[in-house]
Amino acid sequence: MADKDLNEGLRDLESGPRTSETAGEGPRGEAADAASHPTVAAMRAKFGDAVRHHTVVAGDEHVVYIAPERVRDILGWLKDDPAQDYAFLMDVTAVDYGGGRPLEVVYQMWSLTHKRQLRLKATLPLSALEIDSAVPLYNSANWLEREVYDLFGIRFRGHPDLRRIMMPENYAEGHPLRKDFPLRGRFSRAEQTRRAMEMELEDYYIPTELATAGMRATGEHASADAAGPSTPGGMRRPNDPDNWALGTEGGAEGGASSPEGVE
Amino acid sequence: MSSTTTRGTRTVEYLVTRTPQMGVDGRPTSVPVMPLGVEPEMHGEHMLINIGPQHPATHGVLRLVLELDGETVVRCIPHIGYLHSSFEKLGEYRDWNQIVPLTDRMDYLAPLIYNCAYAMAVEKMMGIEVTERCKVVRVILMEMDRIFSHLLWIGTTAIDIGAFTVFLYAFQERERIYDLHEALTGARITTSSTRIGGMMADLPDGWTDALRHFINTFPKTLDEIETLLTHNNLWIGRNQNIGVISAEDAINYGLTGPNLRASGVAYDVRKDRPYYDYDTYEFDVPVGEHGDNYDRYLCRMEEMRQSLRILQQALDRLPGGPINVDDPRVILPGKTDVMSDMESMIHHFKLVMEGVKAPVGESWFSVESSKGELGMYVVSDGGSKPVRWRVRGPSFVNISALPKMVEGQLLADVIAVNASLDIVLGEIDR
Repeated sequence: MADKDLNEGLRDLESGPRTSETAGEGPRGEAADAASHPTVAAMRAKFGDAVRHHTVVAGDEHVVYIAPERVRDILGWLKDDPAQDYAFLMDVTAVDYGGGRPLEVVYQMWSLTHKRQLRLKATLPLSALEIDSAVPLYNSANWLEREVYDLFGIRFRGHPDLRRIMMPENYAEGHPLRKDFPLRGRFSRAEQTRRAMEMELEDYYIPTELATAGMRATGEHASADAAGPSTPGGMRRPNDPDNWALGTEGGAEGGASSPEGVE
Repeated sequence: MSSTTTRGTRTVEYLVTRTPQMGVDGRPTSVPVMPLGVEPEMHGEHMLINIGPQHPATHGVLRLVLELDGETVVRCIPHIGYLHSSFEKLGEYRDWNQIVPLTDRMDYLAPLIYNCAYAMAVEKMMGIEVTERCKVVRVILMEMDRIFSHLLWIGTTAIDIGAFTVFLYAFQERERIYDLHEALTGARITTSSTRIGGMMADLPDGWTDALRHFINTFPKTLDEIETLLTHNNLWIGRNQNIGVISAEDAINYGLTGPNLRASGVAYDVRKDRPYYDYDTYEFDVPVGEHGDNYDRYLCRMEEMRQSLRILQQALDRLPGGPINVDDPRVILPGKTDVMSDMESMIHHFKLVMEGVKAPVGESWFSVESSKGELGMYVVSDGGSKPVRWRVRGPSFVNISALPKMVEGQLLADVIAVNASLDIVLGEIDR
């Protein structure tokens, strides 16, 4: 205890939360027998290698690791196969373990008729944060996937309206729930304030709304709004989350230009 | 240039130059009059209207952008995030027990349900079985807050639709639950009452008697509210067949709680995946059939009565014994022991300085909150802080179905439908 620095907690504010100490990238939990969950047994028979691991956590929660490229097929089968009938997609979220490890997309399913729960996980390497959207199957995925996109930067292919949801549309500091994201944000307070003061009326509306009202997004990127609401490039300041590759700290143009604002 | 008029004993000065439409006598000189028989041609022209984020009928800081054709809603685009506090990120910087205060700030209308759900998820991940007394106490607290939350819902919804009296009736009863919160935790809203492995404190003396008194006297108010609303012509007109969502759509949109059950789907976590011996309590789950505002209202009213039944049974079976588990990994030793026993003092010091350490694992655990299925997903890597703490908020998923329910309806119904969904923005925005 003696070597514990009292300012340790404050340093975290600038650096992002500590990364997970669990070693490795493999599946977590105890390996389970596929026969212990009827859905998993059927899934293994149908999808073969796309079902990568099957583990049990917290006593009775079954987790299946699936190949990310088959997620739409597997979710569709879970929903439509009468023997499975997972009518509810309860939750879509993601987990970042930090340290350059892949992100996990987590799907929590519930079958109303069979009273069964199942958790699916798809791991995505940081270099390819893209996965098929579940919105064509489940409308509940719409906002949940937008949230994952906003906070983790995972893109969902085929999502009808992939915009930020918690953060403003022109937020340019990256994706807040990633482990390399510092609690105070990437820009200095001064820069954050300056950006907030510079917001204009058009920034509060998405291109679809502006088009309805007969207005256009301002700035040099205005021409991009013809591409529809799924391209945030229509806003006055471009929002390019891909600038924030993991581990490239100090790449922020705003943070670098006004470091005096950091308390 | 100014003029004066006398109103009673006060002299009011008008600056005529700054209000050019006002004559020297202080009255408007011209009133815009719409020419008779000449209506502007508006067909096909859609109007964009912005409601919120600062609007009393959005129950917080929800912002809706509506595209209107006349008074009909063509498209509804909700914008959220105005109350975003990044609770989940903050949780990654906090010990397992320090997260409890964050949970009640999400749904401040039913804080104890969130406290309990979080503690239950972490306990499940750690494999801790809480004591029998703790189980029953938590059931009592959760059912009490279900009533607490539904009372706020009925009060504010009635106000949105124009019935003010109900609000006063409901808040008078809510005040009594506030008092019970305060007696138990010292706080009225931000209760922070659970700890991993138990509770912050056991029930104080006389608390159960106060709750029994509430259970016995509350149904009278409930009857009064029903007398005011259930057969009220205006209430029926504003609610029946408004905001209809079919069972199939409700499931597909992930609706849970009373919003789902009003559409005729009898899914209740307390019945379908019982926790804390809910399967041994006698209670019914009210289910609607039309999926409209009115059925959502009826479901919640009946749920309050059912919660009273559960409360009564829980109080009757409330066992004695310790409230906290006997597990040194999570529970602090008694104060006397800390002062007199070296080992307890070290143990106390380590728990306070390092926090509870949860073993490697994860759990997605859900309870039936007043608004629907509340899922808590916790991931631990063996440290004293979570790798990930995720809240599947029922309001967040429920409100995402709002466009589906209001498109094609009238503008005035948007307010009624939004109210009937029973959302809380603290949890939607997190």
